[in-house]
Amino acid sequence: MDQIVLLIGTRKGAFLLHSDAGRREWRLTGPHFLGSAVHHMVLDPRDHRTLLLGTRPGHLGPTVFRSTDLGEHWQEASKPPAFAPSADPKATSVDIVFWLAPGHASEPGVWYAGTVPPGLFRSEDGGDTWQEVPGFNHELLPNLREVIGPIPGGPPLHSICIDPRDARHLYVSLSSGGTFESTDAGANWRALNRGIAADFLPDPDADVGHDPHRVALHPLKPDRLYQQNHCGIYRLDRPGDRWQRIGRAMPTEVGDIGFPIVLHPRDPDTLWVFPMDGTENWPRTSPGGKPAVYRSRDGGESWERQDNGLPRGHAWWTVKRQAFCADAGHPLGLYFGTTSGELWGSHDEGDTWLPLAEHLPEIFSVEFAAPAP
Amino acid sequence: MSVRVVVPGQLYSYTGGQSQLTAEGTTLGEVLDELDCRHPGLRFRVVDEHGAIRPHVRFFINREPALALSCALADGDELLIVGALSGG
Repeated sequence: MDQIVLLIGTRKGAFLLHSDAGRREWRLTGPHFLGSAVHHMVLDPRDHRTLLLGTRPGHLGPTVFRSTDLGEHWQEASKPPAFAPSADPKATSVDIVFWLAPGHASEPGVWYAGTVPPGLFRSEDGGDTWQEVPGFNHELLPNLREVIGPIPGGPPLHSICIDPRDARHLYVSLSSGGTFESTDAGANWRALNRGIAADFLPDPDADVGHDPHRVALHPLKPDRLYQQNHCGIYRLDRPGDRWQRIGRAMPTEVGDIGFPIVLHPRDPDTLWVFPMDGTENWPRTSPGGKPAVYRSRDGGESWERQDNGLPRGHAWWTVKRQAFCADAGHPLGLYFGTTSGELWGSHDEGDTWLPLAEHLPEIFSVEFAAPAP
Repeated sequence: MSVRVVVPGQLYSYTGGQSQLTAEGTTLGEVLDELDCRHPGLRFRVVDEHGAIRPHVRFFINREPALALSCALADGDELLIVGALSGG
């Protein structure tokens, strides 16, 4: 890990925050695509060179840009994610390229993208051209709409997780929909929402219609998944299919509502969340205006508050689902971006926090990258 | 047959900074197709995958609103592409 770059997507463009393995000095570069919303920016961990970014200016349609020199030069995808043309007046069009996920290690050049309104797309040429995953977009989604009704324009498809043991084993999640699993590269899907609360649905045991905010699969223990949901924090150990609400162990006054969830890449029992206020009319701010990260070291059986260095009060921001990540350092570094444009970092696994950048636009996403020298 | 196209700032990255172009075509759709051949990617930014004009883009032919890709253009017409006012 000679060089570290944090890839920051914001409401008004993209920024890169550079450092070295020491993580003491940071240098901010950008903006890229100033004025355009950048929802996600990801460096391919397979070649450490291909950088993809999903963007949409206020007026124009959404697209994907690619760079192989850390943003010195950008090339637009020649065929961005788009649904098949349709004469149906109710047909939806891609509004936002919300999520970008490199494919399996055995499939160099393969990427997946999740969109708003929900759609799943695949590229086999490093993100230059994108095709629909028909089993999801044309089989699952129409059936889902029949069950839960029309999905209002906003819900994203996110948390595209690929089993490191099997390129054909996929998990995806969509807000206003739930988590779904495919074992045949996306041809067929099954719901994976048992045990998840859905306070906003009339049937507490509904198969679908849930609201996962972020789902993560542990790379060293791929049968373990964690989920930060609209209705709590959960863990699932496969082959089981019933999620366990590990957020019950969070302090009652804080609750277990939030957007992001981050896993320790070397320890399947260690994870972090960033709680937000989900009471009454859902302010979606730090509870009480006192932001804090919570860490569990026992798979969610217990949690500890980590707020050393963070504001002690009147900090009414939160952290979105893509805006909290870990690096690969020893000890592990953690980074989150706020809705008020601050980038915070910890180099001791969350024990202390330092501001690394401020005065940025609202931060949508923060991803760690280790670029090729 | 050519028309004069006035391009908004949002599309300068496609036109190399040019604010005015000439293009061929007898309908709005044909003109956009022709522009897209010379400036790849431009059409998809203003028209979605189903052929609908994007919500925050407006077209005017000789200062009259053009609301569909089938709108006709004649030799010497002016096509104005506008990033529509979409908020404060």
